[in-house]
Amino acid sequence: MSETELQGDGHSSLVINNKKLLMWLFLGSDCMFFGTLISTHLIYRKLYPESYDPLLVFDLELTSFSTFILLMSSFLMALAVSAMHKGELKSFRRNTIGVIFFGLIFLACQVYEFAHFTNEGLTLSTNTFGSTFYMMTGTHGVHVAIGVFWLICLYFYSYTGKMDAHESAVDVEVAGLYWHFVDIVWIIIFTAVYLIEYIPGLH
Amino acid sequence: MSQTETEIHAPSTTQAPKTHELKPEPSQLGFMRPDHSKSVIMDWLTTVDHKKIGIMYGAIALFFLLVGGVEALIIRTQLAIPENDLISAQRYNQLFTMHGTTMIFLAIMPLNAAFFNFLVPLQIGARDVAFPRINSFSLWAFVAGAIVINFGWVLQALQVMGLFEASGPTAGMTDLAPAMGWFGYAPLTGTNFTGAGTDFWIMGLQILGIASLSAAMNFVVTIVNMRAPGMKMMRMPVFTWMTLVVSLLIVFAFPAITIALGQLMFDRCFGTNFFVVAGGGQPILWQHLFWIFGHPEVYILVLPAMGIISEILPVFSKKPLFGYSIVVFSGAVIGFLGFAVWSHHMFTTGLGKVATAAFSLLTMAIAVPTGVKIFNWIGTLWGGRVRFSAPMIFSLGFVWMFMMGGFSGIMHSSAPADAQQQDSYFVIAHFHYVAIGGIFLAVVAGIYFWLPKMIGKMWKGNLSTWVAIFSTVGLNVTFFPMHFLGLLGMPRRTHTYLEGFGWETYNLVCTIGAYILAFGIFLLVVDIIRCFRKGEPAGNDPWDARTLEWATSSPPKVYNFAKTPIIPARDALWEDKYGPENRKVTYEDDHGHGIHMPSQSWMPFIAALGFIPVGLGMSLMQAGVPYMGYVAIFGLLVLGFGIALWAIEGPGGYHMHPEVDAA
Ligand code: HEM
Ligand SMILES: [Cu+2]
Repeated sequence: MSETELQGDGHSSLVINNKKLLMWLFLGSDCMFFGTLISTHLIYRKLYPESYDPLLVFDLELTSFSTFILLMSSFLMALAVSAMHKGELKSFRRNTIGVIFFGLIFLACQVYEFAHFTNEGLTLSTNTFGSTFYMMTGTHGVHVAIGVFWLICLYFYSYTGKMDAHESAVDVEVAGLYWHFVDIVWIIIFTAVYLIEYIPGLH
Repeated sequence: MSQTETEIHAPSTTQAPKTHELKPEPSQLGFMRPDHSKSVIMDWLTTVDHKKIGIMYGAIALFFLLVGGVEALIIRTQLAIPENDLISAQRYNQLFTMHGTTMIFLAIMPLNAAFFNFLVPLQIGARDVAFPRINSFSLWAFVAGAIVINFGWVLQALQVMGLFEASGPTAGMTDLAPAMGWFGYAPLTGTNFTGAGTDFWIMGLQILGIASLSAAMNFVVTIVNMRAPGMKMMRMPVFTWMTLVVSLLIVFAFPAITIALGQLMFDRCFGTNFFVVAGGGQPILWQHLFWIFGHPEVYILVLPAMGIISEILPVFSKKPLFGYSIVVFSGAVIGFLGFAVWSHHMFTTGLGKVATAAFSLLTMAIAVPTGVKIFNWIGTLWGGRVRFSAPMIFSLGFVWMFMMGGFSGIMHSSAPADAQQQDSYFVIAHFHYVAIGGIFLAVVAGIYFWLPKMIGKMWKGNLSTWVAIFSTVGLNVTFFPMHFLGLLGMPRRTHTYLEGFGWETYNLVCTIGAYILAFGIFLLVVDIIRCFRKGEPAGNDPWDARTLEWATSSPPKVYNFAKTPIIPARDALWEDKYGPENRKVTYEDDHGHGIHMPSQSWMPFIAALGFIPVGLGMSLMQAGVPYMGYVAIFGLLVLGFGIALWAIEGPGGYHMHPEVDAA
């Protein structure tokens, strides 16, 4: 039984499942969250082009690697969702573990990156670049961490025997929507915050 | 209440396999769910019933309306005569800050939420909202935010009594209640300018934002997915439409302020430089972020009021709403354009010619759909058989008074004119005409219209006429002179003024008006109490109304409709009463399956309660109280714990068989 069962009472206007619609709305809202964070970063970057040179700390290889890992995790997530739709629990678990593992690698890279930057003297309060950079990537990291935690819960839940190809597939799909979104946001951040700094003569 | 439910249940055991005897059933956690039939308090704390949640929103909001009103009266008393020293400048700052914050976030928004909650599921023929437990969470998170934001007053009182002294990051600061205006402009919000009051404000607003966001998403899903069969989008009552638009506005406008508040909190707690000028921060960024939220917010406040009016005018004119689809469409256009005009609050900051001209034009454009609505309301009245019952009197007041506020709005959409009006009493006049003359009158109209449905009792006597007279006269006497005060150059947010500028008489008149208005609100409270105590049974449809909520009993049963209605047309109840045979409301056969009802739960309440230690802990930490960081972490744990148990316990649910009720 689930919260969505309320609509089982003969309501005909149903177009999209309640939980999925709720997630879409949350993601719409989340777009605005990240939009605000990323624009704050870009505005200050444009305002003070000379104040700080991010290339002093950026490590393109590492960040490209973690971006690639996150992309691959999205791929596994899609496999997990489709496995759940077919009711193949084993394959669902295998792929979910993969997503969790890749998510953790991404987080580890981020922790390493933050530690490295701090060692190089860039902290939250060094300048506006530090403030906007840490807050934006930190918020994204928190999103990834929540996603990993959520998937771990689903993974263990799959051993209770209460998962079925019907209702639980929706739950997994909703988690998948979230995961893909977090991935897309990272690709935008990677482009607009990291890659852009490598364009010669931009600043 | 619970007794009738058990009665309904007892005979049905034979026909349904999944019977529920309203005894609490075990959740997936193995615990029992709350036994709401035992204790009234437990029933209300754990309820997931949208009607009870709506009533709680309404009661708490009315309480804060009175609190904000008292704050306003103190402000006006201080300003009655020049060079008055009733209160200090600092106290004055705190009062106008908390007055604005309270009225907007703790009075009007929850009053609107009260109507959303009570009415929307009834108007669309649903059992409840899509996510009943999230609904309960939104209510309690709102309460937690209200407590956090007002806690500054307690600390301030302790400080005045000499029992508390701020240390730590805000050492030496004496503003322990918020004191930087409801818009919290940087750099006033920096730790070098204001004390822990700002932290209470940040944390409180952040929690209120979470409450609003979760409620808004819930309502969008409800309106999109939970409509009864036949209730097509263009058959929905206008109030439901406006709820949808407002919910979408909240979903997309609140993130701007959430992030801005987060950045501000980081500035104050962790030394970032978002708005700190010395570190390169730009105060203007705050203004942009705040108004990107702030202008949609004013439409979040007013669109539900427009929805209420669009429901009441047709009922008391005995005519369908004139131009239904245009009213709906212009509501949506207002919502959409509302995102594109924020910089009209910043004309005097030097945006540049192009930007100023563009925002000026867009602001003028937004008056067009507003005007369209006003013409449609007048068109509804035109040729109708008008009854001047209480809800109608207030609605007519709304149309006129709101229009006055719109006129001054258009005046400051012109940037050169606004350069004179900005930050003067003229702006105060503008937004109080839209807020009191508009939203407040509409909400009162709504209370007069729907309270009989909510509590099942009909108003007694004609006190409502006096409420209308005192509040409308009071509002005009208070705010009309402020136009002149503003044009004479009296600035906003100053705690006193010198003699000789020609401001004395106007100010005295304004203060007298404020007391007249306050008396009107006092009469309203008296009238509501009288209705509760002496009102006679209202019957299902006391006003000869048009929409579906009047088809159920007053007050409606927990399950709203015994059988799911099938909606053949707009104005469903009206068609059912007076329309042709093929437009009558029919009911779905449930084949003995009964009604699926959601179970009550403690978890949303517990989770939301966690916000209180989070908010108070973070703020008190800033004031140097020891161990408060741990309190904040404890709050987060409570929140997480609540949500985890919430997920595990499962929504549950039970079945009811109300057809026995009819027999
Ligand atoms: C015809 C529609 C409207 C127009 C053209 C309009 C225009 C404006 C403008 C240009 C300002 C900035 C004035 C200044 O600070 O110099 C303003 C302020 C304000 N308006 Fe409106 N407005 C309209 C309707 C509303 C409505 C419906 C509400 C709310 C319920 C509202 C609430 C406010 C508030 C609260 C402020 C003051 C904010 C502050 O500075 O604290 N307005 N309006
Ligand atoms: Cu505005």
